[in-house]
Amino acid sequence: MDITTAKNITPSDFREQLQQAQAKLNILITPSPDNLPKGQIPCLVKDNIVTTDLPTTCASNILRNFKSPYEATVVSKLRAAGFWIAGKANLDEFAMGSSNETSAFGPVKNPVDVTRVPGGSSGGPAAAVAAGVMPFALGSDTGGSIRQPAAFCGVVGLKPTYGRVSRYGLVAMASSLDQIGPLTTTVEDCAKILSVIAGHDPNDATSLPDPVPDYAAEMKKGVAGLKFTSPRGLFSQKIDEKVEMILGESVAKLRKLNLDYQGTIKLPHWEYALPTYYIIQPAEVSANLARYDGVKYGFSTGGDDQIESIDQMYKTTRVAGFGTEVKRRIMLGTHVLSEGFREAYYDRARKVATLIKQDFDQAFEKVDVIITPTAPTVAFKIGEKIDDPLAMYMNDLLTVAANIAGLPAISIPCGMVDGLPVGLQIIGRQLGEVDILKVAYAFEQATQNEPWRQELADKQRSWQ
Amino acid sequence: MSLAKDKIQHIADLAKLDLLPEEKERLPKDLADILSYVEALQKLTIDDVADTGQITGLTNQLAEDQITNAYDRAILLSNLPPARQADGFVKVKSVLGRET
Repeated sequence: MDITTAKNITPSDFREQLQQAQAKLNILITPSPDNLPKGQIPCLVKDNIVTTDLPTTCASNILRNFKSPYEATVVSKLRAAGFWIAGKANLDEFAMGSSNETSAFGPVKNPVDVTRVPGGSSGGPAAAVAAGVMPFALGSDTGGSIRQPAAFCGVVGLKPTYGRVSRYGLVAMASSLDQIGPLTTTVEDCAKILSVIAGHDPNDATSLPDPVPDYAAEMKKGVAGLKFTSPRGLFSQKIDEKVEMILGESVAKLRKLNLDYQGTIKLPHWEYALPTYYIIQPAEVSANLARYDGVKYGFSTGGDDQIESIDQMYKTTRVAGFGTEVKRRIMLGTHVLSEGFREAYYDRARKVATLIKQDFDQAFEKVDVIITPTAPTVAFKIGEKIDDPLAMYMNDLLTVAANIAGLPAISIPCGMVDGLPVGLQIIGRQLGEVDILKVAYAFEQATQNEPWRQELADKQRSWQ
Repeated sequence: MSLAKDKIQHIADLAKLDLLPEEKERLPKDLADILSYVEALQKLTIDDVADTGQITGLTNQLAEDQITNAYDRAILLSNLPPARQADGFVKVKSVLGRET
C-alpha cells in the first residue's frame, strides 16, 4: 500500500487489516486506541520515538508504561503534514539487534515467511510496510537498523545523512550514529516522507541547517551523468554467493541506465568499520543507558524497606529491567571506556573512524554513489542466530560504514534468492540524498516489470 | 578465551548491574569473543590520525539563553515508579551516607 492508495482506505478496512497483521506478525507494541480519522493517512513510528499520547517502551521492560512529557520533532512534523500515528512499532530492545528477537514484547515475524526474522532493529516498521497494512513507518538506524530490515522484508528504507533529520525525541542509543528515516513501499514515497521530516531543529544541536529540497521532484530529474562504483570482492567470502550474484546483475542493470561505472575503487579501511562500530556503539550505549536507574521513570525494584542502599536499587533495577543483549553491550561499552582500556579501544576506534571517513571522501571525489548489497544474507530463521552475538553482528557488515562516516544510504529491493528478497544498498556523500534517491528511483522504474517483483508481492501477502 | 570472573565483576560494578548467575557464566566468553573480534583495529597505525568527533563538522551550535521546554510537574511526577513516589517528591535512599 503506497501513500496514494492509503488516502482512499476506509477506517474500518484499515483497522481490520492492521488487527490481522498484528495477530500474525506482532508488528505493534502499542496500537492507537482511536480509529483512523477520515481524510488522514496512517503511519507507524518505531517505539523508540517519543509520543505524548501513546507510551514509549523501546521494547524494554525498564520503560514499560513510560509516557513522554514531550513529543519527538519528527512526530510533530508528521502530524502537521496530515499523517496519523496508528501506533508504536515493535523493535529490538533499545534498537539493539538485527532480528527483532531481543524485544521484551516478543519477536516480529517476517510477512514474506513467518518462520523468518524481519531483520532489525526496525523489524516492526519494515514488517508493517511489507505486509501491506501501512503505507510507511519511521525507523531509526544506528548501524543498519532501517536498511537491513527493509532488505529482509523487501521494502524501501533510507538512513539520511547524520543530522539531516532531528533526533529530538529519538531515545538516545549511540548518539553519534543514530538517525531517523522512513520505510516505504516505493522510492517516491520515501522521498516525500524525507521532505516532511528533514530539516534543522533548534532542539537538536547536531541537526544540519541546510535547506531541504523537494526530494521527490529532484529525484525525477534523472541519473544522467551520475558516476558509481561497486567495491566488488569487498567482504566477498562473507557474502552469500547468491546475494553477490544478484548484486552483479543489479550493477549491470544500472550500467544500462546511463550511469557511469567507474570500475572498482579502493576503500581500504571499510573492513575495519564493523569492529570500529562494535567499540563506539557499546561505549555510547553504556553512557546513554546510565539514565535508566529506577528513580525518575520506568521500572524500579522494591520499596525502601526492601533495599539496603540506593546503589543496590540501581543494580537490581537495571539487571531486572534490561534484556540480555542490552546488558551485553552495556558491559562491553563500560569495559572499553574503563581505566586502562579506553586508549586501546575507544580512542583508537575514533581514529579508525577518521580513516574510514577519509576513504569515503576520496571515493566521492570520483563517484556520486557506491553500490553494495544491504546485508550479507537474506532473512534467516527465527532462533538461528540469537545465541551467537558475533554471528548476529555480521548482519551489519555492509551497513555500519555509512553511520560511522555520517553518509546517507538507502536499501531498495533488487531481486529474490530462494523466495526471499535481497536489498541493494546505495550510499551517497553527506547530504547526497538526491543522488541516492535518483539512482534508487531509476532502478525501481527500470525493473518494474521483472518477474521477481511479482514473486515478492505474492510472498508479502503470504502471511495472510 | 574468556575474561576473568573478577574482571567481569569489576565491569558489572561500574555499569551498576547486579548480574544474574547465568549472566556471570555466559558474559566472560561473550565479551572475550567480541573483544577478540575488535582486536583487528590493533593492526592499523594510527599515531598521526586525528580522532573523529562530530562527523558532519558542525561546531559551536549555540542557543539563546532562555528557558524553553518547561514541563508540567504533574506529568513528570506521573512517570515516577510507584516505589519512588512520596507526596509530590522523588523518594530514594540517602545518597550521601555514612560508610558502612
